[in-house]
Amino acid sequence: MAETVVFVVCALGAVASGVAVFVVDSMARATFALLASFLFAAVPLLLLGLSYLGVLVVLMMVMEMMVMVVFMIMYMMNPAGLMPMSMVHNKAGALTVAAVTFAVLAAGVLLVPWPAREGSPPGDPTLQLAEAIMGPHMLVMMLVGMVLFATMVASVVLSTPRGRYDRYGDDLRRPRPDDPIRGGVGR
Amino acid sequence: MVEGDASPLSLLTLLVLVGVLAYAAAAGSALLHARAAGTAPVAALAVPARESARLLVQRRRTVPGADALLWRLGGALLPVAAALAALVVPLGSTAVSDLSVGVVWFNAMEVLAWCAVWLLGWGANSVWGLVGGYRFLIQGLSYELPHMFALITAALGAGSLRVGDIVAAQEGVWFAVLMPAAFAVYLVSALAMAFWGPFDAPVGRDLAGGASAEPTGVDRLVLLAGRYMLLAVVAAMAVPLFLGGGAGPILPAWAWSLFKTALVLGLLVWIGHRVPTVRMDRFTEVGWMVLLPLSLLQALVVSVLVLAR
Repeated sequence: MAETVVFVVCALGAVASGVAVFVVDSMARATFALLASFLFAAVPLLLLGLSYLGVLVVLMMVMEMMVMVVFMIMYMMNPAGLMPMSMVHNKAGALTVAAVTFAVLAAGVLLVPWPAREGSPPGDPTLQLAEAIMGPHMLVMMLVGMVLFATMVASVVLSTPRGRYDRYGDDLRRPRPDDPIRGGVGR
Repeated sequence: MVEGDASPLSLLTLLVLVGVLAYAAAAGSALLHARAAGTAPVAALAVPARESARLLVQRRRTVPGADALLWRLGGALLPVAAALAALVVPLGSTAVSDLSVGVVWFNAMEVLAWCAVWLLGWGANSVWGLVGGYRFLIQGLSYELPHMFALITAALGAGSLRVGDIVAAQEGVWFAVLMPAAFAVYLVSALAMAFWGPFDAPVGRDLAGGASAEPTGVDRLVLLAGRYMLLAVVAAMAVPLFLGGGAGPILPAWAWSLFKTALVLGLLVWIGHRVPTVRMDRFTEVGWMVLLPLSLLQALVVSVLVLAR
């Protein structure tokens, strides 16, 4: 009973704060409404007994949204909500897509013949979930992880305006790097 | 754990203890200030109480165009984050809640301080606050990864994310001895987490107080109390993670926990007065070039030790 109440509150809260993202006219408020939505979505994981995943979602989402807020505010013309601004574009199209997606997902929930539970829940659901998702695909997952990491490093290297040749000279022999701002390691 | 079936710590006791430690940190800080200024050190012990009373009756100042909702949310979030993080910190052998993922919970709750400081800075609609909020984010990105690796290394040594198991794994040798680099990284990142001492640039004097420039009256009181609570909680967490929890001769476990917490807290407060503020851009390089590789190496060494054991 208590679980049902918590789930309903979190489900409604997640949808409501998701709607709030597009209703508020301040980018900072939109960011934190989105964060609230993510946090509400983490609670059902805890209800499923996936405590590690649930708490991890809270941790990652808070950190991620605090980085996101920098970019969301940087790219918006009205970050503080001081001027009237609509957070939605292409209203009709977006509404149609959203309604159709919702209808398809809801129909899936109602129409799929869900299997009845056999046996009891495992002792460590997080481990079971990980094996179910990753077990046969561990190699793929590790490769994807390496590719993602390499992509991040490469994009940082490509986008940095000053590389090691700017800092240490063409033959990399300068004893002290030539930086616009002094300080840091070794100087 | 010796008394594994002891009744859990009550929430009220925990909050009172965190409050007392936070007050002690504030009083200790005032005492060091008084000594440096040459005024009577004993009178400094009442400074936090007098300052609280002053802030309670001070009229709230408002700023035109402030985002009051986010501003108040930020202020309230700081003590709440500290209290939530404290839930998994054991006193002796009992915690309010010894979660199976206690270390992750602690980290998730203290990261709420990022939200709190940024919201405080943003909500005030003041340039000082805004710069302070962004300073805390860049500082967070510099200390958070080494901090997480320090926490993970302690969990790795015990083979468990449960704080009680980590304490139990230190019956032979304390993790501060087994993994000194992780302990040092934890202390540095603990200072940065509570934006204290060398990491107080988000509320720095060069910014007229930064994120704490605009809050007045009770808002400021909540902000300052939250900051000292956070400092007390990160100091208290160092005890079960690295200093053997309540282990010690003669005295009961809870007394040892409190004693060690007071020592770590005293050390952090003292460092805050001895070390000048470190600039963001300098610390960023130190964080990524020194602390991160150091904590990774420490994790590697501990992993090998665990495998060889």
